Amino acid sequence: MSTTTLRGATVPLKPQPATAMGSPWIWARANLFNSWLSTAITLVLGYLVVRFAVGVIEWGFLNAVWSVPTRADGTADTSACLNAKGIGACWAVIHDKYRFILFGRYPYEEQWRPAICIALFIALFIVSGMRRFWRRELAWIWLGTLTAIGVLMWGGVLGMQFVPQDSWGGLPITLILSTFGLAFAFPLAVLVALGRRSTQLPAVKMICVVYVELIRGVPLVSLLFMASVMFPLFLPEGINIDKLLRAQIAIILFAAAYLAEVIRAGLQALPKGQGEAADALGLSYWQKTARIILPQALRLVIPPLVNTFIGFFKDTSLVLIIGIFDLLTAGKVAISEPAWQSFATEIYIVLALVYFTFCFAMSKYSRGLERDLDRARSR
Amino acid sequence: MSLTQTTSRNVRVAPPGDVPAIVLDKVNKWYGLMHVLRDVSLTVAQREKVVVCGPSGSGKSTMIRCINRLETHQQGSIVVDGTELTDDTRALDTVRREVGMVFQSFNLFPHLTILENCTLAPIWVRKMPKADAEELAMSYLSRVKIPEQAKKYPGQLSGGQQQRVAIARALCMKPKIMLFDEPTSALDPEMIKEVLDTMIGLAEDGMTMVCVTHEMGFARQVADRVVFMDRGEIVESGPPNELFENPKTDRLQLFLSQILRGH
Repeated sequence: MSTTTLRGATVPLKPQPATAMGSPWIWARANLFNSWLSTAITLVLGYLVVRFAVGVIEWGFLNAVWSVPTRADGTADTSACLNAKGIGACWAVIHDKYRFILFGRYPYEEQWRPAICIALFIALFIVSGMRRFWRRELAWIWLGTLTAIGVLMWGGVLGMQFVPQDSWGGLPITLILSTFGLAFAFPLAVLVALGRRSTQLPAVKMICVVYVELIRGVPLVSLLFMASVMFPLFLPEGINIDKLLRAQIAIILFAAAYLAEVIRAGLQALPKGQGEAADALGLSYWQKTARIILPQALRLVIPPLVNTFIGFFKDTSLVLIIGIFDLLTAGKVAISEPAWQSFATEIYIVLALVYFTFCFAMSKYSRGLERDLDRARSR
Repeated sequence: MSLTQTTSRNVRVAPPGDVPAIVLDKVNKWYGLMHVLRDVSLTVAQREKVVVCGPSGSGKSTMIRCINRLETHQQGSIVVDGTELTDDTRALDTVRREVGMVFQSFNLFPHLTILENCTLAPIWVRKMPKADAEELAMSYLSRVKIPEQAKKYPGQLSGGQQQRVAIARALCMKPKIMLFDEPTSALDPEMIKEVLDTMIGLAEDGMTMVCVTHEMGFARQVADRVVFMDRGEIVESGPPNELFENPKTDRLQLFLSQILRGH
C-alpha cells in the first residue's frame, strides 16, 4: 500500500527508510559495525559466544558418555564416565536414574500410574489454557481429572496396589503442590483482594489486611516448618493430617497472600467510572464484581500474576526441607549412590530443563493470551 | 463520616403520576471540611427537563450524582419517583432501576461488545431473556443511529459514537428519569452535535431529564428550566430565556459573560 485515504482524499505515503526493514546485512551494518568501537565489541563478543558454544557442544554431545555397562552385582560401572570427567558429560546417570528422578520411591512396577498422572496434569493445563473451554464445564473437568489423579496415586481400588503418600515422589509431587496450590490460592486471593478494598465492611477489611501482612511477613520456609513440625502438636492425640496436605495448605495460604496483592493492584488500576456505571445500571455488588470489575482487573495483571505463578511453581521445591520427595529432592537423592556421586552437574542441568519447560510454557502462554485479549478489544 | 445522618428509614411509595419525579429538600453534603452542597432544594416534575449549569467546583455534578446515590448526602432528603434514598439497599435498587445515567467519560465496558454493553443490565437486573434484551438493545441502537456497530468493542468507536451507545445502554433499562453529567464535555467539537441531537430527540419524547451541561444552545432549545449553581448552592433558576437575558445576580452575570467569551 502506498496510499491511504483520509475522508476520500488520497495522500501519498513516504516509504519507510531501508534500515528498519532491509536485509540482515543492512541491519548488521547499521547495528553491529557502525563504528570502530562497535565493530571491536562485536568481534570480541562474537568470539566469546562461539568459544562458549563450541565448549558446550564438545562437553554435552561430542565427548559425552551416553550409557555405561552394568556390573555383575547390579550396580553401574561408571569408569567410562569418570575417565571423561571434565571433558565430557555423563548422560548415563540420567539414563540410569530418570525413573527415580521422575517418580521417586514409588514402587517400580506401579510407576505407570504416576506417569499417567503427569500426562493428565499436562492435558489439564492444555485444556484449561484454551479459551473455547472457558465455561462452567471446565470446573467438572478439573474435578474429574483431580479425582482420577488421586485414585491413580493412592490406588487400593480397581485392583491397584495401595501406595501410601510417603512413597510418592518426583514430578507428580511438584505438579500436585503447584496445581492444587494455585487452584485454591487464586479464588482465595480474589476474595482477600476484594475484602481489602471493601469500604462497607471494616471488620472484613481488617481481617484481610492482617492476613496479607502476617503471611507475607514470614518466609515460606518457616511456614512449611510450622506446618510440618508445630501444627501436629496442636492436634489432639491420634489425629494425624497427612504431611503433604499440611505442606499444601501452607503453600496455598502463602501464595494467596501474594496473589491477593497482585489482584488488588489490578482492582486499583481500574477507572472508578467502571464501577459507577455498573452501579448506575442497578447491578448488584457481585454482578458488578463478576461481570465488570474482575474481568478487566485480572486482564490488567496477567503479567504479574504469571510472574507469581512461575515463582510458586519453583518455590514448591522448598518442601525439600521438610522431607517431601518432590522433583528436586528426587534428583538430589538419585546421586547419593556412591557410583554416581560425582555427576551432580548433569542431574541439575536436566532438572533445570524440566522446570524451565514448565515455566517457559506458562510465560509463552500468558503473552499469547494478552495478545488475544488485546486483539479482541483493540484499545 | 461522623456527619452521616438520614432523616427517615422507611421507604415511602406514593402512586406514580401525581408525584414529582425528583424532590431534593435542603440537601447538605460535606467532603471533610468542604461544604459542597448547601441547602440544595429542587423539585423536578414528571416529564420536565432541567439543565444545571455553573462554574467548575460549584457542586452541580455532586448534586446530580446524589440523585442515584453514587454520592451520599448527609442532611436533608432526596425522594426519587416517590422513593426516598436512604441506607436501605432495596430502595436504592428501586431508584437505580428507574434512573439512567450518562457520564462525561462514557464509562462503557471496554471488555464487552456494544450489544453486550446494552444487554447486560436488562438481562441481569431486569431478568429479561437474552433474545428479548438483544432485540430491545438493537431498537435503541437504531434510535441513536449506530445499529451497525453492535458487534464492535467500545475502543473501536469514536467518542461521539461511544456517548450515543452510553445513552442507548441507559435507555435499555427503560428508565423514567435520565441524568446527564456533562455528556459532551469530553467530546471533540465535531461530535458534540450528534450527541446533543440524540438528547433533543429524547426530550421530545417526553423523558424526564436532568442535565449538567454548558451547552447554552441546548438549554434554550430543550430546557423547561435552567438552574444556576455556584459554591454548592442554587443561586438562580427559571426558564432559559428569562435567566440568560436578565440574570438577577452578579454571579450569574459573571458566569454568562465567561461562557460567552469562551464560545
